This record gives sequence, structure tokens and C-alpha cells, in this order.
Amino acid sequence: MSGTSNSVVLKAVRVTAAQGESGFMASAFTPRALAVAFALFASLLLAGEAWAQLSSNGERLGILATLWKWMPLILFGPPREFGGFTLNILVSFLAMAIGTVTGLLLGLGLISRITPVRSVAWAITQFFRNSPWLVLLFFVMLLTPFQLRLGGLTIPLPGWFKATVGLALPIMANVAEIVRGAVNSIPTGQWESAESLAFSRLQTLWRIILPQCVKRMIPPWMNWYAILTMATPLISIVGVNDAMTLTQDALAAEQRTELLMPMYAMLLLFFFVYCYPIARWTIRLERKYAVRI
Amino acid sequence: MEGLWDFLRSLHDAYGINLVQFYDSFERGRLLRGMWTTLELAALCVVLSVLIGIVGAWLQGSRFRVLKAVVQGYIQFFRNTPPLVQMYFFYFALGPQMPRVENEFGIAQPILGSFAWAVISLSFFAGAFNIEIFRSGVEAVQKSTVEAADSLGFSRWQIYRLVVLPLAIRVCLPALNNNLVNLIKTTTQAYAIAVPETLYVASQIWSDRINVFEMMVTLLTFYLLIVGIFVWFMTRVERALRVPGFGQ
Repeated sequence: MSGTSNSVVLKAVRVTAAQGESGFMASAFTPRALAVAFALFASLLLAGEAWAQLSSNGERLGILATLWKWMPLILFGPPREFGGFTLNILVSFLAMAIGTVTGLLLGLGLISRITPVRSVAWAITQFFRNSPWLVLLFFVMLLTPFQLRLGGLTIPLPGWFKATVGLALPIMANVAEIVRGAVNSIPTGQWESAESLAFSRLQTLWRIILPQCVKRMIPPWMNWYAILTMATPLISIVGVNDAMTLTQDALAAEQRTELLMPMYAMLLLFFFVYCYPIARWTIRLERKYAVRI
Repeated sequence: MEGLWDFLRSLHDAYGINLVQFYDSFERGRLLRGMWTTLELAALCVVLSVLIGIVGAWLQGSRFRVLKAVVQGYIQFFRNTPPLVQMYFFYFALGPQMPRVENEFGIAQPILGSFAWAVISLSFFAGAFNIEIFRSGVEAVQKSTVEAADSLGFSRWQIYRLVVLPLAIRVCLPALNNNLVNLIKTTTQAYAIAVPETLYVASQIWSDRINVFEMMVTLLTFYLLIVGIFVWFMTRVERALRVPGFGQ
């Protein structure tokens, strides 16, 4: 599809398209923004605290003390059980790992020279990229069995694992697109010179093209990791004991309306503290690895 | 139509393919109402989030540092926290703080229902991304163009509205499309606060009629369809707004 003389511009456009998705390249991150965000959280907490002082009858714990009391549960789940924010992180790691491996394969399918392979890979990619995450999550949760029987072996499929697979599917499709975009952003000269050195297509791809792609794929890949992490609370809807579920459980146990805002603010804060540094780092890498024309 | 419903009914009897959501008029009615709610939700959120993006990008060009910092804080807060938790925060934490009004049966109810909160939270979520997108477009506009408008006596808002924005929108349309598609897909999250949109209605139907697989396929087809139509429409817009001399 690319011409010859203006291919540089085209490639730049493609790289932008590959990195684009939702992560924005030239976003101005400032320490001031961080300060404002924290001030927002703090004022939410303080407002809640002040209100609690006004409305409490002195018997109950203050807002901050209550938050402190529930924090271990929301972060690490119930004792001797796995859950809470750690489960969100674990699910995000696993879903990213599954999504990356399958996405790489699918991405290679997208650039295959065999037309049927390419068409099938394209259809799969479009399907999973354009379906809502929550619908895919329901799809996997409700339509896969709770255990697998392989001969005499029974493998249980716990809810959190199925949820992980459900979250990995859109990641797979988007990683495939990242791979395709990165491969297409490598100058045609690389392919041609490899061919002139008698490398086979597989060798060229594996030893020349893909190693150059890694750098370009890292920023969008990290961006998708952040998006995935922020999608993990969705698993609470399908009944996994994650931070969201436990926060609601804690709120149900306390039965105090003045806790609603601070509790949800705390949960937002956990995610913010985890995702903000990733976003900053992504932008740094984007600048560092930016393809210069 | 009746013929088609009879055919679908016969599919159920003969092969067990249960497409009850089409041939049963009650299920069809609630599914269609759910789809309509999704479309309303998506349309409102798209419009509101684009407005937030335009205004936010303008505020970011402001001379007041505090204002800029507030916009930055808003962007970072909404970009780096999960949209679902934001929605819960709005609906469960902010919702009860709102004043109550009496409905026609004389019962006090919150002034904003779940649909309104879904619109608000999703618009703020997508709006944060839109501000960044519009800002990147604004930055792409040549400085000399702005200076020329300035020397012709345009005010700051006039320059933004008449000169910068029309050019910026063209530059950032692809990124904007991506984000708006994402927003349309995220409307499914309104399920969590019981907005009767497509996913919510679908889950009711598959619990009542035990046709999870058929319902899932219907659901996915519906979303692929609306996303497809939206992308087709935006590509048309993109082509219509193309500035000669850029791109291929």
C-alpha cells in the first residue's frame, strides 16, 4: 500500500497509529498535576471527616480510623484467602501475559503472506477489539465450564482465572495490532537488504525485523497494561473477590453513609497510585523511542 | 415479520436454537428498549465528552496557572483510575448527597437517576481523554496562523473557535474516533449501576429464558454493528473535513 518516495511519512503515520490508541504521546505531565490530584483526594477525605464529626454520636470510629481498619482487607483480601487489590494486580499480570503471547501470534497472522491466515487473523482481531470488555467477560464467565476433564484428570477453573482469560482476549487483539503497526513501521529497506543477504522470510522476521520492533512496541504495550489494570474492577461484576467487591462488602458491614465517599476515594487512590507512575514512565519511553523523521 | 418470527420459533422447536428475544413480543420489546437506551446513552456521552474536550483544551491554553493545574488534575485523576470505580463513586457516593424530589406517587427520590449518573461519569471519563486529544490537535496548529488571526484583531476565544479549533479537529479526528469508540464500548459498564441498557436487559433475558449463548451472540452482534456504523460515519466525516495537502 505504501508508495516509494513518501513512504517515510506514511510510516511515521503508521507508528503514530500503532502507538495512538488511547495513550497520548505529548501529554504534559507535571508534578503540579499530581499535587492537585492528591489535594483532591485529601479534600474528599477531610470533607468526609468533618461531616462524620458533625453527624457522629461519639461512639463510632472516625473516618480515617475506619479506612485504616479496612485497608488490609481491601489490599490483601480476607485472611488465608486470596483477594483484594493484590488479586487485581495478579489478574492484570496474568491477563497481560496471556494476551501478549497470543497477541504476538495473532499479530504475526495479521502480517502473514497466506491470505486465508491473514483474513482469519484480521477477523479475530476486529472482533475482539470492537467488542465491549464487559460483554467478553460475561461471555467467558458464563460459557466456559467450571472444570475441565482431561481423561481422568479434573482441572478446576476458578472464577478469577476465567475472568483473567476474559480480560486477556481484548488485550490479545490490541497487542496484535501493536505488532502489525510496529512491523509496518520498519523501513522496507530492511526487508530488501535481508532478502539480498539470502535470509528466508522467517529468518528476516525473527532475527532482523522483530528485534527492531520491540522498542517501538513497549510504550503502547505499557499503555494497554495500564488500561487493563483499570479494567480489572470489572471482575467484581462477575463475582470475583477483588478490591471493588471487598470495598462494597466493607461498606455493607459498616452501614454508614458518611463512609461512602472516603471508601470509594480510597479505592480510586489505590488505582491512581499504581497507574500514574506507569503512565508517566510510558510517556518517557514514548519520547525516548519516538521515531524521528 | 410474522413469517420470520415463525421461522425463528421453528428453529427453537427443531434445533434448540433459542432466539426467544426476537419472536416473543415481550422479550423483543424490552431488548429494543435496552438497545434504544444504549444508543441514547452513547449519543449523550459522545456529545458531552466532546464538549468537555473542547472547553478543557481551551482552558489549558489559559494564562491562569491555577486553572491549568485544575484541568491537569482532572485529566490525571480520570485517566488513571478505573472507570467502573468512578461510576460507583458518582452513583453510590455522590448520588445520595444530592437533593431529593418527590415523584408523581409522592415518594422522595434522588434528583438524578442511574441513567443520568452513567451519562455524567462516562462523559467525565471520556472527556479527560478528549482534552488531551484536542490539546494535541491545538498544538499542531501553526503558530503563524494564530499570530495572523491575532493581528487581525480576533479575541482569544474567537481565535480558538474560528481558527484553531476547526484545524485542530481535523488533525485529531483519528485519535478522537478511537476514544469515542472506546466510550461506546464502555457504556456497557452502566450495567453495574442498573441502567436498563442492552447488556442489562440481555442479562435479564438470559436469566429468564436460559439462552445465554444465543443472547451473547445477539449482544456481540449489536455492539459490533453500532461500533461499525459509528466508525463508518466518522470515516465519512474525516474524509469530508480533509484539508488538501496533508496525508496521502
